[in-house]
Amino acid sequence: MIKRIELSQFSLNKQVWAYRKDKGVGVLLEIVMSPPLLGVGEEADQSNITLLASPASLDRNVCHNILELKEHNYMGLSNCSSVDSSTISTTSGGNNGCLNLKATELRLGLPGSQSPERDSEFSLLCSPNLDEKPLFPLHPSKDGNYLLSRKTVGSGNKRGFSDVMEGFAEGTFLVSSEVNVILSPRPSLNSVLKSVSVKENTGTQPPKTKEVISKNTAQEKPCTGSEIGADRVATANNNSNAPATKAQVVGWPPVRSFRKNTLASSSKNAEEVDGKAGPGAMFIKVSMAGAPYLRKVDLTSYSAYQELSSALEKMFSCFTIGQYGSHGAPGREMLSESKLKDLLHGSEYVLTYEDKEGDWMLVGDVPW
Amino acid sequence: MAYSFPEEVLEHVFSFINSDKDRNAVSLVCKSWYEIERWCRRRIFVGNCYAVSPRIMIRRFPEVRSVELKGKPHFADFNLVPEDWGGYVYPWIAAMSRAYPWLEEIRLKRMVVTDEALELISKSFRNFKVLVLSTCEGFSTDGLAAIASNCKHLRELDLRESEVDDISGHWLSHFPDTCTSLVSLNIACLVSELSCSVLERLVARSPNLRTLRLNRAVPLEKLPNILRRAPQLVELGTGAYSTELRSDIFSNLAEAFSGCKELKGLSGFWDVVPAYLPAIYSVCAGLTSLNLSYATIQCPDLIKLVSQCHNLQRLWVLDYIEDSGLDALAASCKDLQELRVFPSDPFGAGPNVSLTEQGLVSVSEGCPKLQSVLFFCRQMTNAALVTIARNRPNLIRFRLCIIDAQAPDYLTLQPLDTGFGAIVQNCKELRRLSLSGLLTDRVFEYIGSHGKKLEMLSIAFAGDSDLGLHHVLSGCESLRKLEIRDSPFGDKALLANAAKLETMRSLWMSSCSVSFGACKLLGRKLPGLNVEVIDERGPPDLRPESSPVEKLYIYRTVAGPRFDMPGFVWRMNEDQAWRLS
Repeated sequence: MIKRIELSQFSLNKQVWAYRKDKGVGVLLEIVMSPPLLGVGEEADQSNITLLASPASLDRNVCHNILELKEHNYMGLSNCSSVDSSTISTTSGGNNGCLNLKATELRLGLPGSQSPERDSEFSLLCSPNLDEKPLFPLHPSKDGNYLLSRKTVGSGNKRGFSDVMEGFAEGTFLVSSEVNVILSPRPSLNSVLKSVSVKENTGTQPPKTKEVISKNTAQEKPCTGSEIGADRVATANNNSNAPATKAQVVGWPPVRSFRKNTLASSSKNAEEVDGKAGPGAMFIKVSMAGAPYLRKVDLTSYSAYQELSSALEKMFSCFTIGQYGSHGAPGREMLSESKLKDLLHGSEYVLTYEDKEGDWMLVGDVPW
Repeated sequence: MAYSFPEEVLEHVFSFINSDKDRNAVSLVCKSWYEIERWCRRRIFVGNCYAVSPRIMIRRFPEVRSVELKGKPHFADFNLVPEDWGGYVYPWIAAMSRAYPWLEEIRLKRMVVTDEALELISKSFRNFKVLVLSTCEGFSTDGLAAIASNCKHLRELDLRESEVDDISGHWLSHFPDTCTSLVSLNIACLVSELSCSVLERLVARSPNLRTLRLNRAVPLEKLPNILRRAPQLVELGTGAYSTELRSDIFSNLAEAFSGCKELKGLSGFWDVVPAYLPAIYSVCAGLTSLNLSYATIQCPDLIKLVSQCHNLQRLWVLDYIEDSGLDALAASCKDLQELRVFPSDPFGAGPNVSLTEQGLVSVSEGCPKLQSVLFFCRQMTNAALVTIARNRPNLIRFRLCIIDAQAPDYLTLQPLDTGFGAIVQNCKELRRLSLSGLLTDRVFEYIGSHGKKLEMLSIAFAGDSDLGLHHVLSGCESLRKLEIRDSPFGDKALLANAAKLETMRSLWMSSCSVSFGACKLLGRKLPGLNVEVIDERGPPDLRPESSPVEKLYIYRTVAGPRFDMPGFVWRMNEDQAWRLS
């Protein structure tokens, strides 16, 4: 059941904006008729209903699922206490599993509104009472790990047109009461997924170890549209192991390129004092023949030519879409990755670079 | 009668009035004051090069000697502004070359400067004295050679952190032997090796040299010779601060430093070998400014250093300083006014140093004059921020960057609304604020209610809804620059506060939820603004009106539309049909 919410003015399309004065947050609601929830309890202090009563313990760094939500914050994600681990019955083991939700398709989506989900007030599921418009759905992939359904990525400022359309095409999603969403807390996916750690106000104990805390905080990562590219590229590399660096979001943290480049070369020269690999970024300008503008690319976020090449393909794909559009490639519809690759492989573009002596070399000749 | 004073007298009186605000106020008193003032204004500052055109500036102020221009939005520093966005200085230089033959000073920030522009400067202004290029790009050392050759009375050449196409260090030789006027030379951003003998000779024949910032390529062994030729130096930027460990080099260096009795500022220290740090101990007591932000010096050596700098007013340092170093700073440097702590490993998965919020709290307790803070860290609490706010109500600039975006208070897991709220509430003179960490609309409520003197606000990954933006736009009376990224702000707040935008210099919003339709509406309703949509996905009208734009840059202007927009920038102010067809 929904607590009384004071509604304010406006409604956008079929949704209603509400300002929760008790929380001081804006919420987006869409109310539809639906059967009542079973076993609904109410949390003592804050509000939302949770299907499961017991608070999660903080000494796990597994993200706990969320249940249902009446409302969700601007991003289309519910504010809800995260809940009991006992509901994670269907998860596939410890830190690694993510539950595949048949009925719920969640995808990270709306361009421009990519403010990442809140950590402590985070939830992904909706209650059956409300049809909530998922503004930021997360798309579970087949193997149960959450991936972004972004089709085009780039470490620059670009986001694929198809991604925009996906976000809009997404309709309301159903919620099953069993839906448990678990985000992988692995550091490698940090920038892509948002962990849902336990809600602070459910009377849970303070964190047992500092390490847990830092892991939790480390798991809060922005999943922003424009940065998905960088994230994704890094994620692709980091799939199995804890990486030395986080995947990078464009322009975050806000360190000037001059400083980044200097630190990078300092750390190389000085035999890095703290033992870590030099993390700085090396930005280079990349231009494509016929493209109206250059892009800046951070070389340190790639570890092989193949990655660089695919990232560049995606970055510059907007031009190829334009070029091949008239040849029957889908315009407004989403282009699958494989189609893009086909387009680009069919093109005559090769990667070249200018070395120290000013000679133009083919990319790939020299080891990475 | 209206003309109780002859014009010359008024002019003389006005010559004591130098602040732009005061000058602007003077010019509004009456028409005759306007006329007198415009003829005697010598210094112009243009905060946004597209807010006014060279023609308008020249028409109003015919006798200008010093011009300062800023180009790209601040977020260009973090690669959020695509290449070729704009900010070209050449049209300004071209216009001024005809109108201001007596121009002496040009200061540029975040502008695209070409070699042609530099050449034109060097040839057009006979009395040219000062060139400062801060975070600029687009030129090479050939352009610098032109400046060096042709500007006979050059006093300042300061390249700050510009991106220079560094072809060779040979340009330095273009300073003629007759050039003895140098007061300030900052070439720290250059990469190429310079001829040390050329450098030494240049320094030797510049008796007025006060500021010298060398680049990394200048080896440490050569520094003593340079210092001996410039014992009057006030600000020094070393080159690489490393070489093989030899006691003769050390004593040479230490002696040379002790000869610089006027030294107040130090920077550089690339690739530091800590064993050579004691060479500067003799000057520490006099230092007011220390920039170690490129120096990989570890905490113990840092502590030894800062503990001797009792007169330090400004410290820029890497987070190697750690909490214990900041404690030492708080204990030793009671005159500290500005602290900047930069991250040594910003992209690492976790902290590599023991720098926490506690360090900043210590400095806020121990340094009563602290007014300007830039602090990168990995954790923060509301309690710490509240303490800092209570300790330091005299803060003017507070820029906090918690590296993990949206990190909450790590002890309570709460958003950091209360902490930042305390900052704006207690620090009544706060002019600049950068937010980070987990933040809801509540923090913006606090900012709107208390941030009355706030001029610049930077927001990233914060807020819940348009209400947040509404609080800021409706509450912050002094707001001039607002930059927002990745926050859930959309059309409502912007449209409801559209008039506010005309009172500000600029608004930047990227990865937010402002729709194309709203941008068009703003552009049509407010002719005094340029509403520019930056979208690399292609023309915005190919997408639905409700589709959010990638980036939005809105600024007030009297110059109308700019004609140098690249293909990915669209102006929303008129019927777009002709533009997009």
